[in-house]
Amino acid sequence: MAGTSSRSAVTTAGGTGNGAPGRGRTTGRNGKQGPPPPPGRFRRALSTHWYAWTMIAPVVTVITVIIGWPLVRGVYLTFTNANEANVERRIGVNTIEATYEFVGLENYLSVLGGAQFWDRLTWTVVWTVSCVAITFTIGLVLANMLNRRVRGRAIYRMALILPWAIPAFVSIFAWRMLFNERNGILNAALEGGGLSAMTWLTDPFWAKVSVIAVNVWLGVPFMLIAMLGALQSIPAEQYEAAEMDGANAWQRFWNITLPGVRSVSSTVVLLSCIWTFNMFPVIFLLTGGGPAGSTDILVTEAFKLAFQRSPRDFAESATWGVLILLLLVAFALAYRRVLRKQGEVW
Amino acid sequence: MDTRDTRNTTGDTGTAPARDADGVPPTGGDAAPAVTAATGTPAPGGAAGAGTPPADGRARRVRRRGERGPLASFGLHAGLLVAAFIALFPPFWLLVTSFKPRQETFSLTLFAGFTWENYDHVINNTAFLTWFGNSVFIVTLTTVLGVFISSTTGYALSRFRFPGMRSLMWTLLLTQMFPMAVLIVPLYNLMARYGLLNQPVGLIVTYLTIAVPFCAWMMKGFFDSIPVAIDESGRVDGLSPFGTFWRLILPLAKPGLAVTAFYSFVTGWAEVAYATAFMTGERNLTLAGGLQTFVNQHTQDWHYMTAAAVLIAVPAALVFGYAQRHLQAGLTAGATKA
Repeated sequence: MAGTSSRSAVTTAGGTGNGAPGRGRTTGRNGKQGPPPPPGRFRRALSTHWYAWTMIAPVVTVITVIIGWPLVRGVYLTFTNANEANVERRIGVNTIEATYEFVGLENYLSVLGGAQFWDRLTWTVVWTVSCVAITFTIGLVLANMLNRRVRGRAIYRMALILPWAIPAFVSIFAWRMLFNERNGILNAALEGGGLSAMTWLTDPFWAKVSVIAVNVWLGVPFMLIAMLGALQSIPAEQYEAAEMDGANAWQRFWNITLPGVRSVSSTVVLLSCIWTFNMFPVIFLLTGGGPAGSTDILVTEAFKLAFQRSPRDFAESATWGVLILLLLVAFALAYRRVLRKQGEVW
Repeated sequence: MDTRDTRNTTGDTGTAPARDADGVPPTGGDAAPAVTAATGTPAPGGAAGAGTPPADGRARRVRRRGERGPLASFGLHAGLLVAAFIALFPPFWLLVTSFKPRQETFSLTLFAGFTWENYDHVINNTAFLTWFGNSVFIVTLTTVLGVFISSTTGYALSRFRFPGMRSLMWTLLLTQMFPMAVLIVPLYNLMARYGLLNQPVGLIVTYLTIAVPFCAWMMKGFFDSIPVAIDESGRVDGLSPFGTFWRLILPLAKPGLAVTAFYSFVTGWAEVAYATAFMTGERNLTLAGGLQTFVNQHTQDWHYMTAAAVLIAVPAALVFGYAQRHLQAGLTAGATKA
């Protein structure tokens, strides 16, 4: 970065993207003015940053209107007893005013006090952990296999990412057909192999196994591509050096490959955890939460409360939604703290 | 290659051909047959190999870097084949089933009474084409708007340091984590209040809540990969910040824009929850809702479902196949530069 050009960019653009943040700006400010904030600070900031602010204006506006406002309303609904019968609604040209009332923390108390939320939370955690762990392991193994010289590599790669290319709801219906209890091909194969047929989607335990299997099937391609990218970014010299020192295949895997894919995997695992935690279509379309709600995760249960139960309980559903969001934020912060403690920059 | 082969044929004669014949395809550089017992692990180079000569005293052939024994090769191909089979089978079975008549839907043979009747029915006697049109319209508009709205923000986040930047970054990250469960109820109530339920506009607005934060975040990553020197030279030559963005950086970022657009398109195309809750009535459904009408509590039209599923999956897979070359670059640009 040439000094002059960076300086000129700094004073007008309020800092450049590359390099240490803030460094450029302080020099720019010091050139004109002392460090303590001068009077008319806002105007100065405006003249320095007006186009940065103009550029972000569309997104800030959109987010405020279509995310911020509903979020505030959603939080407000959790303190009311809103349901199908008392929210504002339109029948023809008539609008019926909302009649729900403020009830304070009642919703939270009833949700957190009941067993249902904790049951669903336990299963959601089991579901998330097992899905992400299995998907990650399979993805990493397959990426390692594909990262070698192997004949037909391009074809294997195409085949392995195909599940990603097909919209998830389509694949889920395909799986529902395979899992079909009386006629599905999986049971036919089991019986052909001398085993007894499974009640895949109607037994609580096997339904759980089924939804996890389908979610793993859907998730592996993303993991595979991400891990392949990570593996290819590991310099080959490290492997050469390790071989010179007599490291065997396992030692190379543990000491070079795993640390090499760490920064990518920490991001990818965090993303997968959040996605799996919120994975609506797999559960909703494969089992519909059944049998008897045993495969419902938190988000499908919240959806059911608002849109499938009668009467629709908007307030309780919103309460579940807010609690889910709080759980996710807490998880992300904890995850970030752990990474930071281990010296990971994220 | 030559020296290796000679050494091989002179060093041991009896066992090598027998090993070759055990069905392992001789692949490229891996073709050299291994004779030692340690076929599972690639030999770790000279130092370690030389220390442990095989017990029978024959000359041990040292494998080169990255070479595998036939057993390892076999295992590799077997593993990949099994994985590929599992990945391909469900879509393949869907395709095969879509050509079977109703009574043969669950038959185990590949071709049982080949017929186009399912496709004919789905296209001509259901609202499938309307659903398709709805989906295309809603998702395309969401994608275009999402990319359009968020591109300048991605640029500003990538290039400038300004007050409010950190909080904006956090907001973008946080909103991407939003479960649909937290917004669906208030959005539903707001849509109901403004008469936007069952309107494409309502679903577009809803999808923008997902697309905008995502696109902005993703594009920040892409702009980060374009050297700042280009901006600087533009500024030196007298372009305004907007001019720099519009005339220099945006053309360079086209591949990034394409990948971002592709991702938000795929996300919208496969969205189920909002579409199910907000769109009712046969003519308002999107594909995700439409497919559910074939198989539910009341109907079990698996044969029609498979035909519709194929019609939904094929265009999506084609677009995906076209775009997937860029996926890896897009992932690393978006994911690791967070």
